Amino acid sequence: MITRIIVRKNQYRDSVFLMVVNQQVMKFPGIGEIAIMMGTDNNKDLMMKAGFDSPDMQAATPNDMTICIRAESAEHIEKAIQEIDKLLVKKRRPDEKTDTYKTLDAVMRERPETNFAVISVPGQFAAREARKALNYGLNVLLFSDNVTIEEEIELKNLANRLDRIVMGPDCGTAIINYVGLAFANVVNPGSIGVVAATGTGLQEVVGIIDRLGEGITQAIGTGGRDLSDRVQGISMKKGIDILEEDPATKVIVIISKPPGLQTAADILKKISTCSKKTIVNFIGADPAAVIAAGAIPAKTLEEASLKAVATLRDDVYTAKDFQLSDREVTGLIQKEKKRMQPAQKYVRGLYSGGALCDEALAIMGEQLGGIFSNIPLQPHLKIENLSHGFRHSCIDLGDDYFTQGKPHPMIYPDVRNRYIMSEVENAEVAVLLLDIVLGYGAHIDMAGALSKSIISAKSLAEARGGYLSVVASVCGTQKDPQNFGEQVIKLKQCGVVVMPTNAQAARLAAYICQ
Amino acid sequence: MDNKDHPNKKVGPFFGERLVVANIGIQPFYEDMKKQNVTVFQIDWEPPAGGERELVDILDKLI
Amino acid sequence: MDQHLSIKEKIKLANQSVLEKMISTQPTWIDVANAGAVIPGMERYTLLHAGPPQCYKNMCNPQKGAAWGALIFEGLAKNAKEADDLLNSGEICIESAHDHDSVAGAGQIISYNQPVIILKNLTNGKRYYTHMKEDTFVALRYGSYNEHTIGRLKWLANTIAPALSKGLQKIGGINCKDIIAKSLFMGDEGHNRNQAETCLFEQIFMPALLETDLSKEQIRECAYLLKNDENFFLYPVMASCKALLDAGTHEPYSTIVTTMARNGTEFGIKVSGLGDTWFTAPAPMVKGLYFPGFTEKDACPDLGDSCITEAAGIGGFAMAASPAIVHFGTATGVGGSVQDAINYTKEMYEITETENPSYQLAYLDFRGCPTGIDILKVLNHGILPIINTSISPNVAGKSQVGAGLVRAPMDCFKKALRAFTETYQVE
Repeated sequence: MITRIIVRKNQYRDSVFLMVVNQQVMKFPGIGEIAIMMGTDNNKDLMMKAGFDSPDMQAATPNDMTICIRAESAEHIEKAIQEIDKLLVKKRRPDEKTDTYKTLDAVMRERPETNFAVISVPGQFAAREARKALNYGLNVLLFSDNVTIEEEIELKNLANRLDRIVMGPDCGTAIINYVGLAFANVVNPGSIGVVAATGTGLQEVVGIIDRLGEGITQAIGTGGRDLSDRVQGISMKKGIDILEEDPATKVIVIISKPPGLQTAADILKKISTCSKKTIVNFIGADPAAVIAAGAIPAKTLEEASLKAVATLRDDVYTAKDFQLSDREVTGLIQKEKKRMQPAQKYVRGLYSGGALCDEALAIMGEQLGGIFSNIPLQPHLKIENLSHGFRHSCIDLGDDYFTQGKPHPMIYPDVRNRYIMSEVENAEVAVLLLDIVLGYGAHIDMAGALSKSIISAKSLAEARGGYLSVVASVCGTQKDPQNFGEQVIKLKQCGVVVMPTNAQAARLAAYICQ
Repeated sequence: MDNKDHPNKKVGPFFGERLVVANIGIQPFYEDMKKQNVTVFQIDWEPPAGGERELVDILDKLI
Repeated sequence: MDQHLSIKEKIKLANQSVLEKMISTQPTWIDVANAGAVIPGMERYTLLHAGPPQCYKNMCNPQKGAAWGALIFEGLAKNAKEADDLLNSGEICIESAHDHDSVAGAGQIISYNQPVIILKNLTNGKRYYTHMKEDTFVALRYGSYNEHTIGRLKWLANTIAPALSKGLQKIGGINCKDIIAKSLFMGDEGHNRNQAETCLFEQIFMPALLETDLSKEQIRECAYLLKNDENFFLYPVMASCKALLDAGTHEPYSTIVTTMARNGTEFGIKVSGLGDTWFTAPAPMVKGLYFPGFTEKDACPDLGDSCITEAAGIGGFAMAASPAIVHFGTATGVGGSVQDAINYTKEMYEITETENPSYQLAYLDFRGCPTGIDILKVLNHGILPIINTSISPNVAGKSQVGAGLVRAPMDCFKKALRAFTETYQVE
């Protein structure tokens, strides 16, 4: 038998705890006797009675831990000491309520594997939190708005230095590693990557791609200001890099409202060096410049999605106004117009998604001439009095004007219901054009929530001898928390004409007005 | 803890093999991520310095 | 301090120095004596109260009642009316206990002939003082000034104090650090639960008493004092916490809190690098559980020096040691589960500079108590110190009405930061 006595200075453990350790180590093979105790006089007596004595042990104080082992060999002793050390280590006890913390510091300390932050605190302090997260090596989805452009630029430069990305500020949507973040849809995994400076634009594109049977690798949001000439598309560029390097991504789609001129040029230059086919939907961009950069221009969100799928499948893309046959479309239009009064001539879009409203403005603008809006394509088409539409118009009800201190129309139907009822009072209104956006974060049954006012409005029009046409599209997928099929059915049951995409809905609405 | 030596420095896929998320802000986002079986932690955030901007600016010079 | 250091570095170094001093205190209860004999600056007409300085006119009702009781005890007034007149005359010197190295619990008023606990920090030799409890529920510190209370104060002064003094001399002093450390493993947190501390004290003290020449009667009085007040040891603990915090005062550039206290009207803090300046805000109402017959309507705003325990890292900061306390949580609507108690302590780690290795928390795998509140961390995280506390009545002469949880007000810390900015010329 070999004896070893170790004194560890200033290592206090509760006596009951040490008794437990003692008992466990006693069971090990080759152990004859063991005593792990604090160096109090009483304990020293006990240890001596057990046959352990040494000058070190005698010199030990009540603050010192004394480990006495008698075993068959040196190896047994070594093994025992290793086990004792493991048992003495402060193990983090798993918490019952594991998930809630008060600070990011606490999370990073206890869960250092954290690699992403979703930030939705008030805008005043949002950049500060994003900076903290970036400095911890996290990628960031910055949902908050009211972040200054100076803060945005500083954050994105920091992200670049750290080889990270900031999605935002004011980024409502992203799908990263197949996880829907903030307001996002559940889509098939696949081979198409998306970088979008618009939330609902991203949603419409991934939705169409999914419904066509393809899927998404990453859908990266950049926030609405990213492509301004001040921010210079830092996040868009990073997003393109990410997709370029991602082995699963075969085709890239990039979407934005009109970018700053210099930024647009920069990004096209970047794309020209990409190995992967890229579809570019920059609203208002010159297609020739896109083609010159070796990319594929798309005029609408719908076209971007269709071209992406065609490119992936190596198919030829043929532009078509409608999925339905010409005959079917003509029949639809006639049906909607049949009972209208001659005075009825205007389309009124009531949108919850800004990019969808943009798409409608562009498409209907070509067919009907300038469309009025609170986010018009040209300044002279701005609506002054937003309490109702004006001539042909599309109102983005998700714009800041409507959402200061009030919930977003994708979550709450009240504002849109009011507009539906008030628009029908105008006998010149022919068509209402709506978007129903599904996905996480959105209302669980928007179709149901709007149905009462749609039915009432139609009845009202009928009662005075006319007919109110309502055309809509559902932006989402079969896998979204809302039941996609059921949403379509509920709308149809109200007499709504449901089109497969927002672009087709807008086109049809315009035809109905012509 | 500072960024440059952080264990999450990119190795492999840009966003990591799987997302492990800190949700700083509104609870519904945390809940929606949980529904998608994401490992996510909720941070019950409080505004710094009672929300006073100029005190926060001073604070950032000192911490 | 090296002038070339950045202000961040200066603060870090200053705080480290403060914490080292605080952690290394050796609080020892050495004796009991009359306030007038030992408390610096204590004169015949001096009255000491809890919290930031306050004048008689503006005092909360329990403190007023206690002031009347103290003057009656001192023989300076025959009844409340005479006491009130005397107090209004300006002849009485009303001071904050903290300005005299003392602490006062709830609405207690310490007067010249009251017996006080003498607590010595062996590390630096400095002494601190606090009163004792003459009763548990209806007492001077809750504003009682009736005959019973005055009688009990006299009993404390004439019978108990001399006996305690003899016992303490015999034993050579009570190592309070040791008792606090052990009690944290026994379900105490040090502010609202002091039962284990009291038992541990009694275990050492009774044998010592028996070794003195005290009569059986006198020893019996001491034994019954402890029997009837299971939280007796709170006051030596408060003085120990005062000693810990005071060891770290007046360190230039330090942002560590050296005092938290309330007087029923204001809540005040002091910060090491800002010396003796009080930073105050209105005293909050405690969210608590009430004894039968009482509701919030009967409650005084937060009152007393007892949150010196939280300032020193125990009490509410050590809630993880004392699951029983969490029942207060039900009153705050937070739930009141054991996990809540642990979460409170964990929150406090976010706003403190260090973990006190002498005061460990078994349930957190023996982490030291969160010690050294940093005003910068409080402001950065928006997390305020949590305090477990008793609730005083809002009229003089009643009893304790309940107990609960309260947070130190944010404004105290904001004011302190502004003062720090000016003092150290932060641009």
